[in-house]
Amino acid sequence: MKTPHIPILRQGRPYKSLDVQSIEKLGTDEPAVEISFACADMIKHDMLKMDKARAKLRAMKSSDLIEITKRAGEIFLNDDLPVGIDGEPQSPEDYVQALASTSGLPHSLIRMNMKRLGGIFGDIETIFRGLTRGLDIEVLDKGYGEQGGAPVSFSPNTTELAVILPSNSPAVNALWIPSIAMKIPVLLKPGREEPWTPWRIILAFIKAGCPEEAFSLYPTAHDGSGAIIRRAGRCMLFGDDSTVKQHEHDPRIEVHGTGYSKLVIGEDEIENWEKYIDTIVESVSANSGRSCICTSTIVVPKYGDEIAEAVAKRVAEIYPRSQDDPDAKLSGFANPKFAEWINEAVETGLESPGSTDVTAKYRKGDRFMMKDGMNYLQPTIVRVDSFDEDLAIREFLFPFASVVECPQAEVLDKIGPSLVVTAITKDLEWINELFDCPTIDRLNIGNVPTNRIKWDQPHEGNLFEFLYSRRSFQIAEIA
Amino acid sequence: MTPDEAKDQLDARVREMMTWHFSEETGCPFWLDWKKEAGWDPREEVKGIDDIVKFDHFQDEWLREEKNERFVPNAYKGKPFNVFETGGTTGCPKQRVGWEDYKHDYEQFSDQLLDEYFPKGGNWIMVGPTGPRRLRLAVEHLANHRGGSCYHVDLDPRWVKRLIGRKELDQVERYQAHVMEQAVNIIRARDISCIFTTPKLLASIGERISIPSHGIKGCFCGGTSMTPEYVRFLQEEVLENEALFVPTYGNTLMGLAVSIPEELQQNNYSVTYWAPQPRAALRIVDPEDTAKTMGYGEYGRVELTTLTHEFFMPRFLERDEAIRRKPHEKYPWDGVGDVRPFGALTKSVIEGVY
Repeated sequence: MKTPHIPILRQGRPYKSLDVQSIEKLGTDEPAVEISFACADMIKHDMLKMDKARAKLRAMKSSDLIEITKRAGEIFLNDDLPVGIDGEPQSPEDYVQALASTSGLPHSLIRMNMKRLGGIFGDIETIFRGLTRGLDIEVLDKGYGEQGGAPVSFSPNTTELAVILPSNSPAVNALWIPSIAMKIPVLLKPGREEPWTPWRIILAFIKAGCPEEAFSLYPTAHDGSGAIIRRAGRCMLFGDDSTVKQHEHDPRIEVHGTGYSKLVIGEDEIENWEKYIDTIVESVSANSGRSCICTSTIVVPKYGDEIAEAVAKRVAEIYPRSQDDPDAKLSGFANPKFAEWINEAVETGLESPGSTDVTAKYRKGDRFMMKDGMNYLQPTIVRVDSFDEDLAIREFLFPFASVVECPQAEVLDKIGPSLVVTAITKDLEWINELFDCPTIDRLNIGNVPTNRIKWDQPHEGNLFEFLYSRRSFQIAEIA
Repeated sequence: MTPDEAKDQLDARVREMMTWHFSEETGCPFWLDWKKEAGWDPREEVKGIDDIVKFDHFQDEWLREEKNERFVPNAYKGKPFNVFETGGTTGCPKQRVGWEDYKHDYEQFSDQLLDEYFPKGGNWIMVGPTGPRRLRLAVEHLANHRGGSCYHVDLDPRWVKRLIGRKELDQVERYQAHVMEQAVNIIRARDISCIFTTPKLLASIGERISIPSHGIKGCFCGGTSMTPEYVRFLQEEVLENEALFVPTYGNTLMGLAVSIPEELQQNNYSVTYWAPQPRAALRIVDPEDTAKTMGYGEYGRVELTTLTHEFFMPRFLERDEAIRRKPHEKYPWDGVGDVRPFGALTKSVIEGVY
């Protein structure tokens, strides 16, 4: 089969660049895909015309866009779709293989992510209701209406939603899918090793009847990303704490950074800790531990050693397998250097006598290992003496968590900002304190893994509020 | 002219320049002192361009440290000179003295411009670094030489480089917008048919107005490296395939290396430049062994030798690398293609700032 060539999409129009980069299949010299790269100034020029793309979506009824989104989900999951500029058909299974070949993700995880993305398309109405607190979607057609008996009007903040996508998790595309039903075109910069998912979603939308102008795809270098970030009316990006800090006062930019998600067990439930090991293991290791909603710190009032041992034993059963092994749960690293850097960071933290790698005695081989030409990091549970240890609150791109003992009364003072907290407790007073804590974004009470989220309740930013602002208005008379 | 004839012409020029720059009556103090210390006489040993490797590389620091008067050839003694600056962000800038070179260079360049796109009598606008740079006078001279006048909008690249170094990219954009506003105002208000600017500024003007719709037919561009895709973008989209894009490669020390714009599209917008031989010669050298010339089609570092009566500069290593390209019928000597910053693939370079 000919190597596919992913072009630039300029409001849906394919453009083959002279600047072509080849992405090899991991662990080989064989090209998996050629990608057209856009220069920054081209993107800047195109962004000046995004109002035309917005006009295309604005002219459509929101209810039609909802139906298109639902159909697109079915197409994404089931249809053969042309891939690249020459349009060779790509089946869902071909998509799994292609993504695995460049991202290092096992097939089973890709299928899981596909299912998750399919859910976003299918649940678009629920998501819209959740994000808008029950707004009648027709308000977006008319520009005004009523909500809960009060007049409401919303105006768009932008002509496009730009997203700088990462390479390590196809599910993040879920963040922009609802934008189409909200009549805001998307401008995507795919991750270097992951053009496949945004491409397939876009093609599915177009096949479902969405105007192609709603989709711009710009594979580009650093300066191109910079142009998008500086110029987009609204932009989502992914990054570490320094990226978050850099943009924290810019309302145009929403940075999805580290989550520092945590699982805490209350004093009332700690004697039952064995019941919760499954939940902890899933929270730490789901999606190969790569999501910001994966648990990176486990906080317990006692039995820290026992819990660390029990979790370590279980996560050590997750090890690198062939990518097509249905039981594979661990991802390789598309950028092999990342695995080395992360491993070095963990090893540095373990130099402290207060931090112990409990998994070391259970896993086969070292944490860092190679298989089939790819670098892997095996799951790691670290028992730490206190929150003062370097590894107590850290987040890495593999299944990693620390276990720390802390009296319940001190937990909220110690845990710091958390994207998700699962609190296993029935202590109402403490539950009230948890709900009152401003540094917890999403709170699960009870035996709920941190990685299980509901899209109608955004865990990180509200897309509708990001894209639209409520305006006050009066209409004396309509001509 | 055949490649052999071009080589003979260049060899003759080299001999002439050795005689000029290393004779007491015509040479400058810098080179005459150099000859005394070197212990050999280039007039006897350098008989053609192949012998130029007998010189070590010209150090650009000399242009910063030496007094400018030491570069004044005795033949020009007592004749006030222009001082042109090149590069530099801090400290004393590098300077070159000159009299008529820029006029010769740009008149020679003018002969290469197509009247259809650069109409005789048409007015020009220069948007880019003016101040102490040779370009300021050169572009105006080009406009005058072709019967037109030249408007100017200044840009300070040293300030832009500092902003980039400090990662103040929003300030870069604001400064660029400030420059653009002035340029667009003049283009809208005056009859202008030709423009000189840098690639990024051209793209930036194109964001604000349709350039060909405002009467501009030709764009002479220089300043930074351009990928083929970027050249295509400028020609096809910014200039809307109506105005002609004429990329050049040059600097204060060389003059202008020209391209063949009418062949850009057929060459997939890969730009090859030919030096203004015999006034200057470019060679693509092995970075590890700079005496060695790279093979055709291979990347190497760009080495410049300038051979005018006003200025002799042997084997100056540019901060660029390029592909050695074969002689062309129009310019029957080696060309340099797809120029990019030296080491661009291995390090981050602040380049293409304006």
